[in-house]
Amino acid sequence: MALKRPHSVVPGFGLTLGYTVSYLSLIVLVPLAALVVRGTNQPWANFKEAVFDPRTLIAWRLTFGTAFIASVINAFFGLIVAWVLVRYEFPGRRILDALIDVPFALPTAVSGIALTAIYAQNGWIGHWLQPLGIKAAFSPLGIVIALTFIGLPFIVRTVQPTIEDLDPAVEEAAALLGAPRLTTLRRVILPAIRPALVAGFVTAFARCLGEYGSVIFISGNMPMKTEIASLLIVTKLEQFDYAGASAIALLMLLSSFVLLFLVNFGQWWSTRAQQREA
Amino acid sequence: MTQPYRTAIAIFAASLFQIWSMPQASAQIHLLNVSYDPTRELYQEFNKAFAADWKQKTGQSVEIDQSHGGSGTQARAVIDGLQADVVTLALAYDIDAIVDKAHLINPGWEKRLGDNSTPYTSTIVFLVRKGNPKGIHDWPDVVRKGVTVITPNPKTSGGARWNYLAAWGYAWNKYGHDEKKTREFIAALYANVPVLDSGARGATTTFVQRGLGDVLLSWENEAYLSIKEFGADKFEIVNPSSSILAEPPVAVVDVNVDRHGTRKVAEAYLKYLYTDAGQEIAAKNFYRPRSQAVLAKYKKQFPDIKLFSITDVAGAWKDVQPKHFADHGVFDQLYKPQS
Amino acid sequence: MSTAPKYRHTEPPGLQVALILTAVGFVGVLILLPVIAVFTEALRKGLAFYISSITDPLALAALRLTLLTAAITITANLIFGLAASWLIAKFSFPGKNLLLSLIDIPFAVSPVISGLIFILVFGAQGWFGDSLASHNIQIVFATPGVVLATIFVTFPFIARELIPLMQEQGSEEEEAAVLLGANGWQTFWHVTLPNIRWALVYGVILANARAMGEFGAVSVVSGHIRGRTNTLPLHVEILYNEYNFSAAFAVASLLTLLALVTLVAKAALEWKIRVEERPAITAEEA
Repeated sequence: MALKRPHSVVPGFGLTLGYTVSYLSLIVLVPLAALVVRGTNQPWANFKEAVFDPRTLIAWRLTFGTAFIASVINAFFGLIVAWVLVRYEFPGRRILDALIDVPFALPTAVSGIALTAIYAQNGWIGHWLQPLGIKAAFSPLGIVIALTFIGLPFIVRTVQPTIEDLDPAVEEAAALLGAPRLTTLRRVILPAIRPALVAGFVTAFARCLGEYGSVIFISGNMPMKTEIASLLIVTKLEQFDYAGASAIALLMLLSSFVLLFLVNFGQWWSTRAQQREA
Repeated sequence: MTQPYRTAIAIFAASLFQIWSMPQASAQIHLLNVSYDPTRELYQEFNKAFAADWKQKTGQSVEIDQSHGGSGTQARAVIDGLQADVVTLALAYDIDAIVDKAHLINPGWEKRLGDNSTPYTSTIVFLVRKGNPKGIHDWPDVVRKGVTVITPNPKTSGGARWNYLAAWGYAWNKYGHDEKKTREFIAALYANVPVLDSGARGATTTFVQRGLGDVLLSWENEAYLSIKEFGADKFEIVNPSSSILAEPPVAVVDVNVDRHGTRKVAEAYLKYLYTDAGQEIAAKNFYRPRSQAVLAKYKKQFPDIKLFSITDVAGAWKDVQPKHFADHGVFDQLYKPQS
Repeated sequence: MSTAPKYRHTEPPGLQVALILTAVGFVGVLILLPVIAVFTEALRKGLAFYISSITDPLALAALRLTLLTAAITITANLIFGLAASWLIAKFSFPGKNLLLSLIDIPFAVSPVISGLIFILVFGAQGWFGDSLASHNIQIVFATPGVVLATIFVTFPFIARELIPLMQEQGSEEEEAAVLLGANGWQTFWHVTLPNIRWALVYGVILANARAMGEFGAVSVVSGHIRGRTNTLPLHVEILYNEYNFSAAFAVASLLTLLALVTLVAKAALEWKIRVEERPAITAEEA
């Protein structure tokens, strides 16, 4: 296929194209192709069984459920955190801002053992929860806590720039027109932030789906109860069930891609919408 | 502008070189021993002894690398290309898998060394809190209502499979080989299990560190290790009336040693486990030695439990694995997680 | 320094305080507490034990592998990031959006899957298994496998920092340079690089943090050969599984310190970028 040579004075097209494509092929395309082939190169009955087996179904439900709950929690609190960081001045604001990125920078194994230490029965928070009958570690609640930890930066960092870009003139206009502050918040600001909030939610959600390191220490890994999908893949591998592991991996990949696509599409669409308004 | 870049690159390249050329032990021969989790301390000690002995006998230096993990995980890794010279795993089935799925070990491996290629054995005992508050003395106590039992997942952990088989064997003998009653016993046992860790070490951590459970079903050597680590003032071992003879076998990985040219050393390495020196090290690390002489010496720490073998109560591993631990097997049928 | 423009209309003070306390409380409990826990648990057995844990030969071997992996990964991804952003920002061609999506893929892939796919390709039972075996090349369960898995997980970071920036900057300066007689490398070195240097450093810092901390993907391909194929995060897990909790947290504290340093560097860079962009804005406004 002859690539129409772009009319550019700048050199380096061939070189960079060649290098980029080779790199991507070796690192991404070939390995992913192997997954697709391994996952689909089996009788449909086996594929169906691997993916719809009761234990797998419960793992799906758990994985999606905990990811959803954690992302909702993060959407709520993340919005507050982002708002507070942008709009208010208070001592320690910069430290708060830096702390947001900790889950992003900290290795998942470290967060895993640290969270387990805190929420286990004899841990700092765990031993307060125990008399209340709340089991934090070794339960779905523990998974939600770990995923909330992991997902927070995604929401805050997606919403923050949007809040910063809000035009104060619009709020002024609303105030001048006599709207009470809460109404302004609800009907002027929130709709403006919503696209970013949704994008952040979806990104955090996708991230939570695949999380492994920080969850396996705190969850207890009980099949049918606290076994997440990514652990199930490892378990199937250990039983030499490559086909089953690949089948589950493929489905996880598909759902992540769909989510990623939704985010990108949503951003493209809202950019177009803004352009049309302008 | 370019000067800082040049400096940065120079520093970067220098540190890369520095890291790369950091001294590594330069031994002439390397052996990789791929083992399961509880043997860390055992092989730490054994490897030193063997290296010294080999040096004395042949003048060659040998360095032994260890890899530890769940027995099944390790077998899979070897199948996927982990270059093990020897494997020392938790059950024969895992080594059989390497034979069947990757043809790296010649069939008939279990006859090449003495005692089914198992130089040391262990068994399953109960680890309980000091004072034994729930009064757990034998298997029937473990299935009592209100007792919380910690044992790992038999589908992923070798030790867990021995736990399961120990319980199965006890019930099998008690109920006169009635499979239905035996199944009920197993179901009752796992109804008392709140957490299924994926590995034996994870289960021990849950019981010991996280404080969960009344009794831990454990390898005998792990139980002793826990007491050594955490203090005899916190835990005690209760020996059941009967338990399973757990045989963790060893084997040379034929294809790999031929490729590496390490066959002689690898075979000598495994044979050394059977010598008095090797058996002593095993006994010191709480593994039951095959040698009667050494066993007599360490009699105090290995009480006389009535031991049955897997073939006595359930059959050969080839049959036991698919029947009990494969998907939809007996375990899957009986296990209903607590809500 | 406040980047928040003055807002004349804002929430009632009571609500403000409530929101601030909520935010601080939430982040404090969720994030700060685990960080503190790492150091508390690490020092539980005293300073001497802490030091012996992190200077233990196996820990040092893990450190060495982590540093080596990070160095190779960053270098490879840096070259890729520069090439990809040059390609995407300076030229237009069919399939550009596809390329952008491909670059984003690792963000959508679970770490476990990231490791699994390399086993499927380079493992003994994988596509290239036989040819690798016959040439005695070991990729998975050896350092190359660890490096590959880490490269997969981190390569978008640098590219994603550079691409929007270079797109925004356009190609005018480069075109001018070329028309004035500079060749490709000179243009890149003297014109482009100065414009993107801070974004570059920023991307490298992010990628580095991720590369040194990666756990799931590396765990699948590493083989856990003590002293050889264990990175620092894997070593933490091993110590944890050996009941050696204080030692595990001690090594974990090293990684945590690295994370904190990363954050400080990140914040400093963000401030620097803002400061540099500020004169440009006011000049335009003037």
